[in-house]
Amino acid sequence: MTLLEQFQLWLGSIWPGWAAYIVPAIVGIVVVLGFVLTMVIVFIWYERRLLGRFQVRLGPNRLGPEGIFQPIATAVKILLKEDIVPTKSDKVIHWLAPVIVFVPVLMIFAVVPFGERAILTDLNVGVVYVVAISSISAVGIYMAGWASNNKYGLISALRAVAQMVSYELPVVLAILGVVLMAGSLSMTQIVASQKIPFLLLQPLGFVIFFLGTVAEMNRSPFDLLEADSEIVAGYHIEYSGMKFAMFYLGEYGHALAYSCIIATLFLSGWQGPLLPPIIWLVIKVMAVFFVIVWMRSTLPRLRVDQLMAFAWKGLLPMAIINLFIVAAEVLWLSEITPWLMVAVNFVFAGVLVLLWSKLFTLGGGRVEV
Amino acid sequence: MFDIVFWILAAVTVGAALAVVILRDVFRAALSLVLLFLTIAVIYITLYADFLAVVQILIYVGAISILIIVAIMLTREVWHGSPSGKLRIPALVVSLLLLGTLVFTVMSTKWETSSEPPQQPTTAAIGLSLFGEGGFILPVEITAVLLLAAVLGAIVLIREK
Repeated sequence: MTLLEQFQLWLGSIWPGWAAYIVPAIVGIVVVLGFVLTMVIVFIWYERRLLGRFQVRLGPNRLGPEGIFQPIATAVKILLKEDIVPTKSDKVIHWLAPVIVFVPVLMIFAVVPFGERAILTDLNVGVVYVVAISSISAVGIYMAGWASNNKYGLISALRAVAQMVSYELPVVLAILGVVLMAGSLSMTQIVASQKIPFLLLQPLGFVIFFLGTVAEMNRSPFDLLEADSEIVAGYHIEYSGMKFAMFYLGEYGHALAYSCIIATLFLSGWQGPLLPPIIWLVIKVMAVFFVIVWMRSTLPRLRVDQLMAFAWKGLLPMAIINLFIVAAEVLWLSEITPWLMVAVNFVFAGVLVLLWSKLFTLGGGRVEV
Repeated sequence: MFDIVFWILAAVTVGAALAVVILRDVFRAALSLVLLFLTIAVIYITLYADFLAVVQILIYVGAISILIIVAIMLTREVWHGSPSGKLRIPALVVSLLLLGTLVFTVMSTKWETSSEPPQQPTTAAIGLSLFGEGGFILPVEITAVLLLAAVLGAIVLIREK
């Protein structure tokens, strides 16, 4: 039983039924929203500071201690800007698009476990729900690109669609490996079954899932749909003011949501010694986001054909092989000590990654894909 | 409570379906198709079919509608909508006949409803009836082969000689 359901039961004994049903739901949503918005602000500051460090400069450090209030100044600046809508744009869709990008991101947090019983709804199809809901964001992105009546926006929307469809497959296949080992689709069950984090048990699955989700949240080096040097800003080129803020928030919210999902599926979620669960989750989320920012500041952007080849020829076959290996191990090796499985899987992951890296070698300025 | 939810959902579903047919802007029609898929998923949720609802969103909203939109984006002169052809009146007659048949069948069938409480969770039950002993494993395999054949056919068709 989750904390929220307990609250509902307790309230049901003193208040009428409908109020006892609705009030805890609203309280839960407000608490989670507060967590998300705070973490997004922290993320914006964290990414800027980290980028500063990676580029051998200081990063914003003037406003408040260590520059922690800089994101608030940015938010105020964005909100005060004039809201411009292009004359020949499709006004209704132009208005709706930021909402449809942002709302699914918030809906993902309904199934993120913050503690043993601290979860909004413990859906028994939790993982599939996450995949399904996050695929709705793609609809918002192509709505934005189309309604702006701008050729860069349209190119960006097309790229977004191709990217989302391609990277969904390896992500889902990597999740299947986790589900096989956990024996459940529910997020609480998946965390509970991780005596050893799945990062150790399925290193290859973790790499595939991580790269796939970085591509799905459109971050560098997969940020082709807002490639500043070719298509200016992509789908949000015609957006300003509050609507742009929604996209901005959605982008960081997406990063936060997927960091939470990665931490839950592969890093044993809120579990950890001594510290309270929420602190452990935040530490793991920060660590995951650190790697994402590290990739952004290190790797150059991929080309469109490289991006597609990487999904279809690189990640997808590896994900299928990984699924077969995990299924065989769950079938035959589950009684033997898990540490044997860890060793075997690390060997498999190393061999497969080395083999596939031969397919994507760069030589003399000529790309052989 | 469930009655109110059902009627709201039914109204939105039918409205979205009508918008798909009536709207001249193909892109907006496609978006109302997305809305239609979403409301059907919510109807599944009210029927305790959680897995089916999530899969509906994943496949229809996440994949099929995106493919439809890609097809629209690759079409020229979308803003003019579809021009009216010569077959308007025959199309009207045929669709009215189809509608009449459907309404007649739905109204005259005696729908059997089960009094058992809904099964929860549904995921394990679906998995067992698809892949378990005496389940539908043969149709599942045949579907897989059929889809593979379709994919191969598409690749062969568009391959450069």
